[in-house]
Amino acid sequence: MLNERTLPLISAIIVLLLLYGFGSIAYQGFFGLRLAGYLLTDNAFIIVTAVGMAFVILSGGIDLSVGSMIAFVCALMALLVVKFQIHPVVAIAISVCVGTLFGTVMGLVIAIFKIQPFIVTLAGMFLFRGLGYVINTQQVKIDHPFMSSLSEFGIIIGQGELNFVAIIMILFLALGVIISRYTRFGHNVYAIGGDAQSAALIGVNVPWTTVKVYALSGFYSSVAGVLFAVATGSAYPEIGIAVELDAIAAVVLGGTLLTGGVGYVFGAFIGGMTFGVIQQLINFDGTLNAASTRIVIGALLLLFILLQKIILVWAKKFSAKGSD
Amino acid sequence: MGVLEPVVDVQPLLEIKNISKGFAGVQALNKVSFSIAPGEIHALLGENGAGKSTFIKVLTGVYTRDSGKILFDGQDFHATSSGHAQTQGVSTVYQEVNLIPTMTVTENLTLLQQPKRFGLISPKRAKQRALEMLERVGLNIDPSKQLDSYSIAVQQLVAIARAIGTKAKLLILDEPTASLDAKEVLRLFELMRQLKSQGISIIFVTHFLDQVYEITDRITVLRNGSFIGTYATKKLPQAELIHAMVGKSLDELTSGSNRETSDSADDVLRIQNFGKQRFLKPVDLSIAKGEIVGLAGMLGSGRSELCEIIFGAQAVDQGSMEIAQNAVHIKSPKQAIDHGLGYCPEDRKIDGIIAELSVRENMILALQAKRGWLKPIPMTEQKAMVESMIERLSIKTPNLNKPIGELSGGNQQKVILARWLLTQPTLLLLDEPTRGIDIGAHHDIIAIMKELCEQGMSLLVASSELEELVIFAHRVVVMKDRKKVMELTGSDISQKSIVNAIAQ
Ligand SMILES: Nc1ncnc2c1ncn2[C@@H]1O[C@H](COP(=O)(O)OP(=O)(O)OP(=O)(O)O)[C@@H](O)[C@H]1O
Ligand SMILES: [Mg+2]
Repeated sequence: MLNERTLPLISAIIVLLLLYGFGSIAYQGFFGLRLAGYLLTDNAFIIVTAVGMAFVILSGGIDLSVGSMIAFVCALMALLVVKFQIHPVVAIAISVCVGTLFGTVMGLVIAIFKIQPFIVTLAGMFLFRGLGYVINTQQVKIDHPFMSSLSEFGIIIGQGELNFVAIIMILFLALGVIISRYTRFGHNVYAIGGDAQSAALIGVNVPWTTVKVYALSGFYSSVAGVLFAVATGSAYPEIGIAVELDAIAAVVLGGTLLTGGVGYVFGAFIGGMTFGVIQQLINFDGTLNAASTRIVIGALLLLFILLQKIILVWAKKFSAKGSD
Repeated sequence: MGVLEPVVDVQPLLEIKNISKGFAGVQALNKVSFSIAPGEIHALLGENGAGKSTFIKVLTGVYTRDSGKILFDGQDFHATSSGHAQTQGVSTVYQEVNLIPTMTVTENLTLLQQPKRFGLISPKRAKQRALEMLERVGLNIDPSKQLDSYSIAVQQLVAIARAIGTKAKLLILDEPTASLDAKEVLRLFELMRQLKSQGISIIFVTHFLDQVYEITDRITVLRNGSFIGTYATKKLPQAELIHAMVGKSLDELTSGSNRETSDSADDVLRIQNFGKQRFLKPVDLSIAKGEIVGLAGMLGSGRSELCEIIFGAQAVDQGSMEIAQNAVHIKSPKQAIDHGLGYCPEDRKIDGIIAELSVRENMILALQAKRGWLKPIPMTEQKAMVESMIERLSIKTPNLNKPIGELSGGNQQKVILARWLLTQPTLLLLDEPTRGIDIGAHHDIIAIMKELCEQGMSLLVASSELEELVIFAHRVVVMKDRKKVMELTGSDISQKSIVNAIAQ
């Protein structure tokens, strides 16, 4: 179990536990189901986005369009539900389909014309943001009894609550983990991220796998958009700005290498939660203003990536001794 | 020339008629014909750059052919990709080990054919299948480990296991034995005979002519992309085969070596009790000026490890080192280069070439690093140096600006060798310098090594080819189980004495 592949993930988990442990000792009310439930809900849409991003990064690519995709999907939801009076279930289905389609198109452009994913998804980022503005330029309330009942739904566990958004996040996380570990497509993603040329020689359909990867990322980020719409009950074109960077950071914090081929989808969850715990630590501390919050987050991110590396090196030494 | 030895009236499994393939500036294949019968082992031979790998890639759909016809099992055959060829029953191990280094051995072996339960991959069954596949090639390793945690030889065997595992009618092996040691080659041959008896046909590319005579039924020779002939192996004497491959006769390879041991006062390198825990047991060794010391031993015996610690690629934890009678502590390859060492590693794909850069840039790399990046070598000087190397090593490339990735495998190897020769080190460490290099160039390289040592350069050469060690080494150090077990000098050096030392 403890080998070069699982170590980065394990060290990411250790870092998360250390952070959480520190918060529990230092602040009252940090430890417990209440905050745990809150963390799951609050970070749900980052984690869902990061799961899709994990596939992209594992395949050796990058997807910068996810933040704009979230904004676009929210706007589309608002348009369908508020203006066209379509039932939210149908609206959700349409929005997710459209998002997935956009992801597919980006994947096709990347695979067929062999353009760098960075460029293609950057174009996607501007395009989707623009489309969001076309739909509406102001904040719109998505008022529908069904939407409210979704956002109010929750399972009470002790002091905490596992609400709709968190449940969906967990389901889609599990789905992502299963796809990555137990399907042929998942293995192909690792293969093209590890060595695309060799993968092609073995017989992996590299272009097709690439298309599917970006379709999947489009799917996950549009689900994240739906979750956002449900949680906030509103849409405005500025949401999701820089979320792509948060998602990438979450994936990296979760022990996945940016070069592709190495890492676990589950790491996206660990990374997203690490992010959330850092934010809560700052909240609980309460002495920091908004500007210094960003600085502290940046510094802590760097620190914890370093800490992971240290754990990694240390564990390697240790296991080398053990196996002799 | 141009004979086509007929197979006894069975319908060939594969028949290729007049295929051609050109790249910008190079006609890699020119109207090549080929046929193989069911259950036949067929050698595909030729010098570096003759077109062997291209032939295989055209056949398996990695490249599209410009013209020609391929019949497989009597049907028109048009593979669109390597995966497609595989589903039609043609399984290939390409020259560059084509597996995913970051995945486990199991995942590599079962990629695209994972055993499933309820629609999902079953890791347990996958591991079991992997173990079965590994057993066939006689590999006893843990398949849950990442592929790149194993040596290239093991990776090569895994690639072969993978190719055999797919239910193929035709198996293609492009230089599969280049990084295997004698025992592993025997095991592979046993396996090939077994497959042959099951009616599977095998195309076998190699530069080892003994292996050709040991295992193959027929031989097809290519030269400069052209078809020279197909011959029954038994009826073709080695001299004629070489003639067909090179287009001229080669002098025998027996030029007796100069064996007078040099004066030890002139030691360029002396290490004492030099080692690293769990990596290499302490070694004593000295190398004199102008001396060639051979390093023999099986794969994993510590040959490459010794080169690595001398060159500072691995930190030692005991022992001392002297270079030209001065004690030194080398902590990095950079320092080793500054002390006049050079090291040409075993694995050119990982440590050696930068595929996108040109032949010139690849060749000049080490020299430029040695002189410092702030002092660029003038272009005219670069060109002159590179051109003379291209000529001396007869590197086949249309010009020096061709990306090295487009050269044939053996020619890439020569460029790497040239890179280190250009730095004119006082001591050059060479790990398997002749792997994948054809017989003609083999001669050239051995000749160059001798010439270099006459000019005062010292060489430490690790090689699994005992035949060549015996020819050029003044002294042979035999390694076993990461330990130096024997040192042979002068007339004691013979293939037999080395084998005995290893077998002890
Ligand atoms: N992708 C490519 N682009 C351009 N030229 C190429 C390409 N691949 C091969 N060539 C050229 O085609 C010729 C034949 O190369 P090939 O790799 O088939 O030789 P080979 O017989 O396999 O040699 P070796 O024994 O060294 O492996 C060489 O001159 C090489 O430079
Ligand atoms: Mg070749």
